[in-house]
Amino acid sequence: MTIKTSKKTAVDVNAIRRLIKKHKKNDLMFAALGMFVIASLTITLIILFLDLVLDGYPKFTLDFFTNFPSRRAARAGILSAWVGSSLVLLVTFFVAVPLGIAAGIYLEEYAKKNWISDIIEINVSNLAGVPSIIYGLLALGLFVYSFGLGQSILTAGLTLALLMLPIVIVSTREAIRAIPIHIREAAYAVGATKWQVVLHHVVQYSYGGILTGVIIGMARAIGETAPVITIGALTFIAFLPPSPVSIDPPFLNFAWLNAGFTVLPIQMFNWISRPQHAFHINAAATGAVIIILTAMMNGFAIKLRYNVRKKIKW
Amino acid sequence: MKELNLGKLSVAAVVAGTFAFSNSATAAVDIIKIDGSSTVYPITEAVAEEFQIATGIKVTVGVSGTGGGFKKFCRGDTVISGASRPIKAKERKKCAEAGIEFIEVPVAYDALTVVINKSNDWAKEMTPEEVKKMWEPAAQGKIMSWSQVRAGWPDTPLKLYGPGADSGTFDYFTESIIKKSKAIRGDFTASEDDNVLVQGVAGDKGGIGYFGLAYFAENKNKLDAVAIKNAAGKFVLPSLETTMNGSYNPLARPLFIYLNATKAAFDPNVKKFIDYYLKYAGQMAQEVGYIPFSKDEYKAIEDHYKGLKTGTAFEKPAIGLSVKEMLELSAANK
Repeated sequence: MTIKTSKKTAVDVNAIRRLIKKHKKNDLMFAALGMFVIASLTITLIILFLDLVLDGYPKFTLDFFTNFPSRRAARAGILSAWVGSSLVLLVTFFVAVPLGIAAGIYLEEYAKKNWISDIIEINVSNLAGVPSIIYGLLALGLFVYSFGLGQSILTAGLTLALLMLPIVIVSTREAIRAIPIHIREAAYAVGATKWQVVLHHVVQYSYGGILTGVIIGMARAIGETAPVITIGALTFIAFLPPSPVSIDPPFLNFAWLNAGFTVLPIQMFNWISRPQHAFHINAAATGAVIIILTAMMNGFAIKLRYNVRKKIKW
Repeated sequence: MKELNLGKLSVAAVVAGTFAFSNSATAAVDIIKIDGSSTVYPITEAVAEEFQIATGIKVTVGVSGTGGGFKKFCRGDTVISGASRPIKAKERKKCAEAGIEFIEVPVAYDALTVVINKSNDWAKEMTPEEVKKMWEPAAQGKIMSWSQVRAGWPDTPLKLYGPGADSGTFDYFTESIIKKSKAIRGDFTASEDDNVLVQGVAGDKGGIGYFGLAYFAENKNKLDAVAIKNAAGKFVLPSLETTMNGSYNPLARPLFIYLNATKAAFDPNVKKFIDYYLKYAGQMAQEVGYIPFSKDEYKAIEDHYKGLKTGTAFEKPAIGLSVKEMLELSAANK
């Protein structure tokens, strides 16, 4: 309003100053609101985490990590759970990562842009949002019964791989899209084939982004309970699967893939639903371990991405 | 016979068993697979833990719930299934179709405990009829205040907390109190986690809920138990003694394990495990918060299992059977 009147006369400097001041105040208010939202979220998370750590603090001993579950809360540990979680994630990693990256590269670099690829694209995005229990039900019918893989580490790994696959595909595609077109054009200009362009440039430069997606997917998989319970994970198991590596040839064995298992979230869930308070302490400690593992994986992803970005020279 | 050292005996038996059965069709299972009820789980976990330490034979226990456990059991995936309620006709049919015969073995009592808020000073004693009046389907939207349950009780809002419809606890409560399986009003706070129910009643003056005695025992400082009028007309509080002597009824319920009869008869490892289970069930049950049977009753149960008496005592639903009655009915139903 003031501007309109000031235009008619000379430039009203004070009015403009007032206007700028008002806008700056809005700026400040928005920044404050943003800070408030972020702070309340972060603080909630920190309080929850601290609560877990303080509750579970007495259990952060070596024994807790090297003991099997027990009816005596003081003697109970998470050995079978963390070994189970690790082996399941190992399977998940080796299945979801190559498949996911290959699918992402194919969709982005090779697939013709037509209605089929559109449908695939929509479906991949939708799959990323499907509730995890659905994957569990699918896996129960497909892997456990149809393929006869049983209630094994392999089944759980494949199930979580399905869950993680869309995340890897989407992040691979995003990472590839971020590469400027002239990098590709330059490569073609010096006579590279499509495969060479993909292998030497596209994959190299999108590596950081892909890894971020992979690790975020893994961090999601480690906390999943519903699909793992659905396919029949155990709760009490006081022995470890056969070791994947041995000192005798052939050094690797795969018997562990067929072994029964339990995972960290199941162990935690079982303890939290027990009547005795001592078990709730174990549950809190297990929760803290899961959060720390997730945070470590995320930290690792950030570090990798940073290293890769540093190497890129354009 | 003198009692032998169990650890040594079992190791010897494993060796003997391995040789004796290595050529026969009924070789011992490598891993004894158990699944079923989350209520029975703590007892089975305790037995499995000790058994594995004593014998080195591997045992795994899953928690799929009573119904989920029977699904696996009747497919032959597991050899033992924990159950917080008797096997249902449908489940028996599934087992029969798969050619799996079972032996029903009661292992301990769980005393369902009706609990109220600490500041509730009027409802320390209730009759099953009054409990029914609060929980029956007809009460939905109508019985909303304590004063409607018994004249003279204050006009405090009635807030109900109970286990969800998937639990065996819920089944038993409806069968024993409402007298109709799964019949209950819809407007109560349900949770599968009993600790949530504890929190609910502890924070609500007009709150009332029910769950296993173990959860009450751990929360005595937050909640009060209600004495329930038994068949003899006395108001009885749930406890180890009142459940063992049978005066706490009708809310004392038996917990079971179901054995695959073929495995229980021929598999040396499974046999050894069940022997061990029955020997220590009472001790372990008490340790994890349940109520053991008497020594004589465990002896009768052992004879029942050793006699390979298949079938269930609950072809018709029944409440408040003694161990003896259960075993006799089960044997008669064969």
